[in-house]
Amino acid sequence: MSDARPVTFRGGGFRPTARRGTGIVVFVLLIAVIEWGTRAGWISNLTLPRPSDVARTFVDLWNTGLLFQHLVPSLTRLVVGGAMGITAGILVGVMIGLFSYARAGLVPLVAAIFPIPKIALLPLFVIWFGIDEGSKYALIALGTFTPTVVATYGAVDNVDRTLIRMGQSFGLSWMSIVRKIVLPGSLPGILSGMRVSVAIGIILLVAAEMLGAEYGVGAYILQAGALYDLERLFAGVVILSVLGVLTSWMIGQAEKRLLRWRS
Amino acid sequence: MDLRAQNITHCYGDMVVLDDVSLEIPAGEILCIIGPSGCGKSTLLRLLGGLEQPSDGQVLQLGAPPHGCLNPLTYVFQDFALLPWRTVEGNVSLVLEDHGLERHAADAIIDDVLTRTKLYDFKAALPRQLSGGMKQRVAIARALAVNPAVMLLDEPLSALDAQTRELLMDDLIALWTRQPFTGVYVTHNLAEAVRLGHRIAVLSRRPGRVRDVIKVPFALGDRRAGLPEMDAIQTRLWEMMRDEALAADQELADV
Ligand SMILES: Nc1ncnc2c1ncn2[C@@H]1O[C@H](COP(=O)(O)OP(=O)(O)OP(=O)(O)O)[C@@H](O)[C@H]1O
Ligand SMILES: [Mg+2]
Repeated sequence: MSDARPVTFRGGGFRPTARRGTGIVVFVLLIAVIEWGTRAGWISNLTLPRPSDVARTFVDLWNTGLLFQHLVPSLTRLVVGGAMGITAGILVGVMIGLFSYARAGLVPLVAAIFPIPKIALLPLFVIWFGIDEGSKYALIALGTFTPTVVATYGAVDNVDRTLIRMGQSFGLSWMSIVRKIVLPGSLPGILSGMRVSVAIGIILLVAAEMLGAEYGVGAYILQAGALYDLERLFAGVVILSVLGVLTSWMIGQAEKRLLRWRS
Repeated sequence: MDLRAQNITHCYGDMVVLDDVSLEIPAGEILCIIGPSGCGKSTLLRLLGGLEQPSDGQVLQLGAPPHGCLNPLTYVFQDFALLPWRTVEGNVSLVLEDHGLERHAADAIIDDVLTRTKLYDFKAALPRQLSGGMKQRVAIARALAVNPAVMLLDEPLSALDAQTRELLMDDLIALWTRQPFTGVYVTHNLAEAVRLGHRIAVLSRRPGRVRDVIKVPFALGDRRAGLPEMDAIQTRLWEMMRDEALAADQELADV
């Protein structure tokens, strides 16, 4: 027993934990490299705009008040359209999850709508809902609707059936079972589906502002793109990214609050 | 209120799971049901509580449920079936909310059952914070809250470790001694059956038939592990079960 060796450790890993600030470091590093590259000349300023120039454009936007002139209508469109699409999506998703006929009738329909690029339907929406806000709301609503439906009925399907049997065995009413067992049980799935829906909503925001929008982040980006004004284009893109990070963070907070019961 | 299973036959597709099962469950008694794996014990329990309909035969309630009974046939599940998003208190109050009780009446019931199951101090805890034994105690408290006429327990202790099982067994006996309840208790564990059952029904392998119903002639409070008479009953049960279990095992291996 002379050759005693410690047992080599081979466990651990496969469990990502929170690492504060890592994300910011990656961002800063990337921007620093681009700044350095554009200044040193090994990235031509036709390839990428200089980050400091983008920042200056941004400051101008802020100072002239144009930022909010673009941001407010965009946010309104996102919130109104997204709220309509997500609410309807959760409703339809729960119905599909609960009723056989709703499932048989609506699942194929949703599957048919899901892969259509909603942007292609924009002209149609303009005819139906007018060139003003109506068509923009409709586009964003339809875009957020389908992923919400799919996520919601999947979540309802995944609710533990033994909990539902338990509810029945105690004589709970159908409404109580839905309200107190099915809905809370599917909340985790619904919230993670909302992440996808909101991201799709932001993508469609730009598409919605392609037609007949004077103000809006999407309109701003498209104008800049038409002129090959890369600084303004990127300033707009940064706004969208920030919007994405912000909404994702908000949903994260909601999950933390509402799903505290999860281990 | 008594419960009676009358000539129950149940099939899933072509497979006969229960064949002409008749059982009496008189008020105030605990009937244990044992039998080899897959013989239809859980199915029988679901039929007794109305979670499933028998292919043939019927389940009868004889007499009125006791006064203040909110849910005559009440289950305790093997996997606890607690709502993870509700606290201990919330899980108990869930089964009272649909009955239009006044707030203080409901609170009084909740406090009473939580005290009886020694959970009062854990009122505000979430299920994930509780050990398995405590989760099952919450499920028992929830069942007691509706003041059931008959408790239907499907292997309530089999998800727990041996020590916790012993403790909960004592708790169940203490609960019964303080306030006798009617129960149907499905188990794999012969010792549990002998400790808790006034009568023990032995089912044969699938299709489940009643092979025998054995009376345990001791008061629940007087039973101790290792008592020779009880060991004798347990041995007798085991001899009955062994052939069935062996044959059932063989059949499963052949499929
Ligand atoms: N919903 C169902 N549909 C089809 N077959 C089922 C269903 N439920 C149970 N069975 C079958 O009926 C038989 C009896 O099942 P049951 O769960 O009642 O047995 P059990 O005695 O409780 O078994 P165990 O001791 O393993 O708990 C099994 O063969 C099982 O596969
Ligand atoms: Mg079973």
